[in-house]
Amino acid sequence: MSLVHETDYGTPVSKSSEMVTLTIDGQPVTVPAGTSIMRAAMDIGTKVPKLCATDSVDAFGSCRLCLVEIQGRPGTPASCTTPVGAGMVVSTQTERLKQIRKGVMELYISDHPLDCLTCAANGDCELQDMAGAVGLRDVRYGYDGENHTKQEKDESNPYFTFDPSKCIVCSRCVRACEEVQGTFALTIQGRGFDSKVSAGMAEPFVDSECVSCGACVQACPTATLSEKSLIEIGQPEHSVVTTCAYCGVGCSFKAEMRGEELVRMVPYKDGKANRGHSCVKGRFAWGYANHRERILAPMIRETIDQPWREVTWEVAINRVASEFKRLQAKHGRLAIGGITSSRCTNEETYLVQKLVRGGFGNNNVDTCARVCHSPTGYGLRTAFGTSAGTQDFDSVEHTDVVLIIGANPTDAHPVFASRMKKRLRQGAKLIVIDPRRIDMVRMPHIEAQYHLPLRPGTNAAMLNAIAHVIVTEGLVNEKFVRDYCDLDAFEYWASFVAEPQNSPETVGLMTGVSAESIRGAARLYASGRNSAIYYGLGVTEHSQGTTAVMALANLAMATGNLGREGVGVNPLRGQNNVQGSCDMGSFPHELSGYRHISDDATRTMFEKLWGRPLDAEPGLRIPNMFDAAIDGTFKGIYVQGEDILQSDPNTKHVQAALAAMECVVVQDLFLNETANYAHIFLPGSTFLEKDGTFTNAERRINRVRKVMTPKNGMADWEITLAIAKAMGFEMPYSHPSEVMDEIARLTPTFAGVSFDLLDKVGSVQWPCNEKAPLGTPVMHIGGFARGKGNFMITEYVPTDEKVGPRFPLLLTTGRILSQYNVGAQTRRTDNVVWHEEDVLEIHPHDAEERGVRDGDWVKLDSRAGGTTLRARITDRVAPGVVYTTFHHPNTQANVVTTDFSDWATNCPEYKVTAVQVSPSNGPSEWQREYNEQAEHSRRIAKVAAE
Amino acid sequence: MSSTLDRLVMMANQIGRFFTPQRGGDAVAGIADHLEKFWDPRMKENIVAHWRAGGAGLDGPVREAIGRLKEAKRGAPLEAGR
Ligand code: SF4
Ligand code: SF4
Ligand code: SF4
Ligand code: FES
Repeated sequence: MSLVHETDYGTPVSKSSEMVTLTIDGQPVTVPAGTSIMRAAMDIGTKVPKLCATDSVDAFGSCRLCLVEIQGRPGTPASCTTPVGAGMVVSTQTERLKQIRKGVMELYISDHPLDCLTCAANGDCELQDMAGAVGLRDVRYGYDGENHTKQEKDESNPYFTFDPSKCIVCSRCVRACEEVQGTFALTIQGRGFDSKVSAGMAEPFVDSECVSCGACVQACPTATLSEKSLIEIGQPEHSVVTTCAYCGVGCSFKAEMRGEELVRMVPYKDGKANRGHSCVKGRFAWGYANHRERILAPMIRETIDQPWREVTWEVAINRVASEFKRLQAKHGRLAIGGITSSRCTNEETYLVQKLVRGGFGNNNVDTCARVCHSPTGYGLRTAFGTSAGTQDFDSVEHTDVVLIIGANPTDAHPVFASRMKKRLRQGAKLIVIDPRRIDMVRMPHIEAQYHLPLRPGTNAAMLNAIAHVIVTEGLVNEKFVRDYCDLDAFEYWASFVAEPQNSPETVGLMTGVSAESIRGAARLYASGRNSAIYYGLGVTEHSQGTTAVMALANLAMATGNLGREGVGVNPLRGQNNVQGSCDMGSFPHELSGYRHISDDATRTMFEKLWGRPLDAEPGLRIPNMFDAAIDGTFKGIYVQGEDILQSDPNTKHVQAALAAMECVVVQDLFLNETANYAHIFLPGSTFLEKDGTFTNAERRINRVRKVMTPKNGMADWEITLAIAKAMGFEMPYSHPSEVMDEIARLTPTFAGVSFDLLDKVGSVQWPCNEKAPLGTPVMHIGGFARGKGNFMITEYVPTDEKVGPRFPLLLTTGRILSQYNVGAQTRRTDNVVWHEEDVLEIHPHDAEERGVRDGDWVKLDSRAGGTTLRARITDRVAPGVVYTTFHHPNTQANVVTTDFSDWATNCPEYKVTAVQVSPSNGPSEWQREYNEQAEHSRRIAKVAAE
Repeated sequence: MSSTLDRLVMMANQIGRFFTPQRGGDAVAGIADHLEKFWDPRMKENIVAHWRAGGAGLDGPVREAIGRLKEAKRGAPLEAGR
C-alpha cells in the first residue's frame, strides 16, 4: 500500500464548454477556455513551480514563482493568473525564468527557519519541494537579516498548530477559509515585510470565529498550519480512501496511516459529496476510537443492578441466543425484536433486519430513522414515488433561490453548507423558515432575503400559506403540472390551499410571521428560475411531520421545481447512514427498496433466497416496542449502535420500557445510556475497523474501508452473523461485498451496485441498475417514479402539545457543529472545548421576566419531566421560544420531550414541547438519581468470570 | 403517563384527521389501509378490542375504519403471536 497522491492542478477547473488549444513547451494541449496556463501545463504533466496557488482556491498571483514566457508577449506573466489563449506558445523553463525563480526562493528561504530535518512537514512541504525544483543551492543574503523566525506558536486549537515563523504569507489559508469554508476567520494583517496571517481580531484560533474545518491546514504549503497528530506521530506511509461516519453529507477522506496507527484524516478531492472539504468532526474528531472508555470485551449480567462480568465472545453470543429463544418460547414469536443502526454500514443494517425477519420470524425491526426522517420516506414516496431526496449536492451550484426550512446546515451539515454559502455569495437568493435565527440568516457576505421565524409546530400552516400565494397570484407552473402531475389531484389541492383559512393573513396570526413576509417569500420561491428546498428535522419531527414533507413536495410540483439540476426537495439527513438504513429494509413494514412486507411477490423472493418463511404482518416501531414492553408483550431486544435511552423522547417512559424487558442486548463502542438497562453488552467496532458502504443524503453509496483490525476482535457484521448462527439461522458470508451482492440481487434500485463497481468509479447514487448503470444524480427527470406527481391535502392540525399557564414557553431542540447527536463519540474527543454542556437559549425578555441571568442554572419543566441546565440569553430565539441541544447525558433534554408523534410514522415531536423555565441552583433530584443509577450500572467486576 | 390504549386511540384519530379531507371522499378506506399497513398485530387487536367495547374517544371515520380491519372481521381476538 502507498499514499494516495492527488494531483494539485494549481487552479480550479474551468466550467466553460468552449475549448482552446495552445502549445506549452512544444506540446499541444486543449483545455476549456478560462483555464490557467498553470493548469493546462499540469494537464500534460508539466509542474510549473508554484507556492501561492492550489486548485481548491482562486489564483492570487503573489509569490511570483510560477512565471512563464509567452511568445510575442513582453515580460514574464504568472501562469496561475493568466488564462490560456488560442494559439499561445508558452515556455515554462528558460534561463531568465530560472534566475527569477531562484531569486524568489532565496528571499523566502532567508526568512525561514532551517530546521527541515526536525520539521513535521519534512517530506511533505511545498517550500522544500520548490527549493529543490528551482535548484536553490545557497542563499546570498545569509540568515541574519531581520526575520520572523522567532515568532510564538498558537497552540490554542486542539487539533492543529499555527507556527508563524514558518509562514510564507501566501494567503492560501485565508482564501481557503473564505472560498472553501465561507467563514472569513483569517486575514493578512500589516503590509510588506510586516504582513502576517491573523485569526479573527488577532486572537488565538480557538477564540476566533474559526470553526476548525481544517481547510486552511489543508491548503497550507508549509508546516505553519499542521495537524497536531502529524507533529506527534510523523508522516504517514500509506493511505486508504474511506467515508466519514458522522453526518449525512458522507464526506470522503483519505485515512493516512503509519501501520495500523491513524495519523490524520485528509478530505479527498475526488469525493463527490465533499469535493475535498471537511468539517471539524470528520477531519479531526476520530480520537474516540482509542478512548479509554471504549469497551473491548463482551460482558453479561443477570440483572441490571449487578456489575458487568467480562466473558468470551462464545459465551456472550450463546447467551443472546438462548435468552431470545427462551423468551419466544414463553411469550410468543412476536416478543423480541431488533434495532438497526444508522451509524453502521448498509451491509450491517441489512443483516440485522435479515436476522429479525428470518431468524426471529417476525418484523419487529426498526431504526433510528424512526426518530428523524421517517416522515421523509412516507411523504416523498406518496408525492413522487421514491423515499429519498431528489438531487445530488452539486445541484446547488445551479440554484437561484434556496429555501431552507427546519434545518441548520452550518452546524448539522457543514460541508454541504459551505457549498450552499458559496452559491449564495455568487448571488443566489435565500429564504429561511425557522423559529431560530440560524447562522445562515446573516453571516459574512450572506443575508437571507426572508427569514420567517414561525412559532414551533406551525410548519404545515406556513407551507399552505405559501401555496395559497402561489395558487391565488397565478404563480403556478401550469405546463409542468399538466405534463407531469395528476391534474385532478392538483385541482382539488389548489382549491383547498386557496381557501381563506390558508391565506397569509390568517396564517400569519397562527405562525407569528407577517403576511407580507409570507407573500414575499412565496413570490421569491415561485419566481426563481431554479428554486430548491432543503429541509431537516425541523420539518419531520412534528406531529404533522409527514404532512409538512408532502406540503414541500406540493410546492415544488406546483412551481415546476423538479426533474433537473438546481431544484428539488432535499432532505438533509442526520446520521451518516440514515438513508442507507432505510433503503436496507430497516422499517418494520418494508423490505429493502421500500417494498411492503405484505406484497406476496416480494416476500416470496426473499423467502426463497433466505430459506425461511416471512411474516406478512408489519412489526412494531420503536415507540410501539416501548409501549408493548410496558404492557408485557415485548421482552427482548437487540440494539445495534443506537442509544435509544438518550435519543428517544420522554426518557422516563423509555427507562420504564427497558426496565420491563428481560433481555436487552446492546452492541456499541461505549457503555451508553441504554446499556445501563442491558443484560448483555457486545462491544462494537468503529468505521475504521470494517468494510462496507454508507449511503448519504443524496442517495450516494460510498465505500467504507477497513484500515485497522477491530480492537474488539469482530466487526459489527460478524457479530450479527454469530448471533444468527447461534439461533440456528446460518448466514454464510465471508465479506461484506457478498452481502451487497445479495442486496443487489433482491433490490431493483440497487441491482447494479457492487463493491467492484464502487472501487472502480468511486461512488454511485441509487437507483443504479440496467437503466442507470452509473447511478442517478437527479431523479424524476421527464416524469415521476410513481407516474404522475401526487398532490395531497395538507390540512393544518395544531399539535396537542399546547402552551398554557403552567407551561407557557415552547421548547425546540437541535444540535451544534462540534457535537454529534447523543455525543457518544464527540464527547470523547477534544471537540468538548467548543461545547462542554448543553445550554438553554432564552430570549432576553423571557429571561428578565423570570429573573434569569446569562449563565445561571435554570430548571426546565414540561408535562413529561424536568431537568436543569445553564441559560444563555440571546435574541436568536423569538420571545416565547427556548432552544437546547441533546448532546450530553447529564442534561438529558429528552426527559422533557413528550411522546406526541407524527401521525403517519410515529416520528417523535422533538421540536415542540410546552415548558416552563425557572431559576434553579443546580442539577435536579431526578438528574442526581439518574447519574447514580448510571454509575452503579456501569460497574465492571474486577475478575473475569466464566 | 397515558396508557398504550390511550395512545393508540390518539394515534388513530391523528391518522383520521389526515385522511378525512383527502380527495375521493373515502377517508375510511385510507385510514383502514394505513392501520393495516403500519400497525403491528397486537396494536390492531388492541384497538379492535376497544372498538368492540364501544370505542370511546374514537372519531367517526376512524371507528368505521377499524371495523374494516381483518382483526375486526375475524371475531374473537387471537392470542398475540402464538
Ligand atoms: S480551520 Fe477552517 S474556519 Fe478555521 S481558520 Fe481554517 S479554514 Fe477558517
Ligand atoms: S499559514 Fe500557510 S497558507 Fe497561510 S499564509 Fe502562511 S504559509 Fe500560506
Ligand atoms: S460534514 Fe458530515 S460527513 Fe463531512 S466531515 Fe463533517 S461530519 Fe463528516
Ligand atoms: S503560484 Fe502563481 S504567483 Fe504564486
